[in-house]
Amino acid sequence: MPEVLKAPLVVEFPFTRSLGPVQSAFLTGLREGVVLGVKTADGRTLVPPVEYDPVTAEEIRDLVEVAPTGTVTTWAWNHEPRRGQPLATPFAWALVRLDGADTALLHALDAPGPDAVHTGMRVRIRWAGERTGAITDIACFEPYDGAPDRAGGHTGEFEDPITGIVAHARLDYTYSPGRAQTAYIHALSGQRTVGERCPSCRKVYIPPRGACPTCGVATLEQVEVGPRGTVTTFCIVNIKAKNLDIEVPYVYAHIALDGADLALHARIGGIPYDEVRMGLRVEPVWTPGARYPDHYRPTGEPDADYDAYKELL
Amino acid sequence: MSKEPVAVVGIGQTKHVAARRDVSIAGLVREAAQRALMDAELTWADIDAVVIGKAPDFFEGVMMPELYLADALGAVGKPMLRVHTAGSVGGSTALVAANLVAARVHGTVLTLAFEKQSESNAMWGLSLPIPFQQPLLAGAGGFFAPHVRAYMRRSGAPDTVGSLVAYKDRRNALKNPYAHLHEHDITLDKVQASPMLWDPIRYSETCPSSDGACAMVLTDRAGAARAPRPPAWMLGGAMRSEPTLFAGKDFVSPQAGKDCAADVYRQAGIADPRRDIDAVEMYVPFSWYEPMWLENLGFAEEGGGWKLTESGVTELDGDLPVNMSGGVLSTNPIGASGMIRFAEAALQVRGRAGEHQVDGARKVLGHAYGGGSQFFSMWLVGSEPPDS
Repeated sequence: MPEVLKAPLVVEFPFTRSLGPVQSAFLTGLREGVVLGVKTADGRTLVPPVEYDPVTAEEIRDLVEVAPTGTVTTWAWNHEPRRGQPLATPFAWALVRLDGADTALLHALDAPGPDAVHTGMRVRIRWAGERTGAITDIACFEPYDGAPDRAGGHTGEFEDPITGIVAHARLDYTYSPGRAQTAYIHALSGQRTVGERCPSCRKVYIPPRGACPTCGVATLEQVEVGPRGTVTTFCIVNIKAKNLDIEVPYVYAHIALDGADLALHARIGGIPYDEVRMGLRVEPVWTPGARYPDHYRPTGEPDADYDAYKELL
Repeated sequence: MSKEPVAVVGIGQTKHVAARRDVSIAGLVREAAQRALMDAELTWADIDAVVIGKAPDFFEGVMMPELYLADALGAVGKPMLRVHTAGSVGGSTALVAANLVAARVHGTVLTLAFEKQSESNAMWGLSLPIPFQQPLLAGAGGFFAPHVRAYMRRSGAPDTVGSLVAYKDRRNALKNPYAHLHEHDITLDKVQASPMLWDPIRYSETCPSSDGACAMVLTDRAGAARAPRPPAWMLGGAMRSEPTLFAGKDFVSPQAGKDCAADVYRQAGIADPRRDIDAVEMYVPFSWYEPMWLENLGFAEEGGGWKLTESGVTELDGDLPVNMSGGVLSTNPIGASGMIRFAEAALQVRGRAGEHQVDGARKVLGHAYGGGSQFFSMWLVGSEPPDS
């Protein structure tokens, strides 16, 4: 059996976020070198601030400034910083309760080694050189043995507040299509379409997934289907899709290959788009080096009878 | 021991729009939840548990709404659950909440669903570039358009039916202050003259992208007795699913949809849905799905759904009004869309639908579906409690 295929799959999106009043003030404050918390009804100051009181669920909007100095409440040493983390050299992840706050903020603490860090140690903010209104405007915390800084009296009103941010998300996977699809892909490289038959319901699956989704049993028997097939249904695409270099209009069709019990999806070419019809008989057109047929074109055979493919719609 | 009857005593929605840049996601869900509490005249302290639903994670990148939104929904110290069934999620979220009341696990449950499509990208979320696979060639509309063509072939429906649905739903939306699209100058000609995107689906026959949230307060018999306004009573509720693709799958009328409806009707004692149900709020993201679902849900025989649409039966003043709110065609915050259907059904039987109220609506079906027509959730609500 050939080795199962594997390839990296990176999913990466730049999500936009509207901040709402509280996060807007907090991030704009960081840009201006001011740390803001929010006061709850029972007089506690939460840093970072939240929009709703975690205890009473009431909306809270009373912003107060806290000091850029504080105390480590707990920490963990990070031996090997990873991509995107605040510092490139080993550092401590620390929860820091800023002077004037009742809750702690998570950030990096720059220290020469774990022996230089302890709970209760005094630290202060090291501001980033260029600040944009993001949590990274705090470059990190650093050890500090001076007197507590005094908080200013800022109340969160700013000129030109930041109202939205872009939050990048990235996931790194190793993707494997599995045994059945690997065999299918290998067969395609010889321009053959090979599915698998369910031992129970006898249906032939293209592409095979190694198991029958209705019977829940493994499929192993290989069955070559096509290359010809019937257009069961289709649509005419008139809008250009992002990342697809296909001129519109084009026909996107469901094609039941002869011998398959499930239609696959492909583009139809070699015929004006407005002459494509249900029942049209088609065959694949390959381009050198491509994994899948470029498109399907009419074979010239008479159209299939509706009754012959209506169960495959 | 029989189930506890479940009542809807509070309903809240945001005004659905293309982009709510003035609020965070927390602020958005809060707005809907507070309106539901106000309707029920309850406070956060009266809520025993919160059940939340949203679109698939990649859509707007919030992986754990149950964690991130607990403060905003007053859920700290209470059970908070998240439900996940693609486009049908708003419906299944409401049913999970309802089941907690029916099973007497909790007395009063807040259920909520949301989506900020302006801060997400459904196209990305639906078409990840999977290695070795052929790229998707047509987008969401291209996925559904061939099934619409199959329906037209199977039923012999004239190709004008889709535009009739869109024209009706957009006019209904004008009567709903919460609807996203308010096309005051809509005409049938305009719908029919709109560009063909994925032939046979026209631009005006597709749903918009919306930001919005919907919330409901569900409670038991004792809670309903204390409610300041008439409740809606759940008479039946069910969910069904099936694989996206399998040999023999009927995309025009999926078996899971038929089975789900049959289960709801059995629970509610509905012998003939066309006769016994007064109105339907169903999930129609592309206009042709109205006649398709009318058949799938048993309101018309196979091939006959389009005749109800064409003859005006599904108009707001028709014999079986469909999508009184303006439907998904007028408002589509995907994660919330299913719950908006359920909420509209409840508004109708409570007599609180305002300008789009159907006179004498006593039993109304709310319907949601999602994925590749593979998840279904429905409830039937009534103005009178179920027979005990």
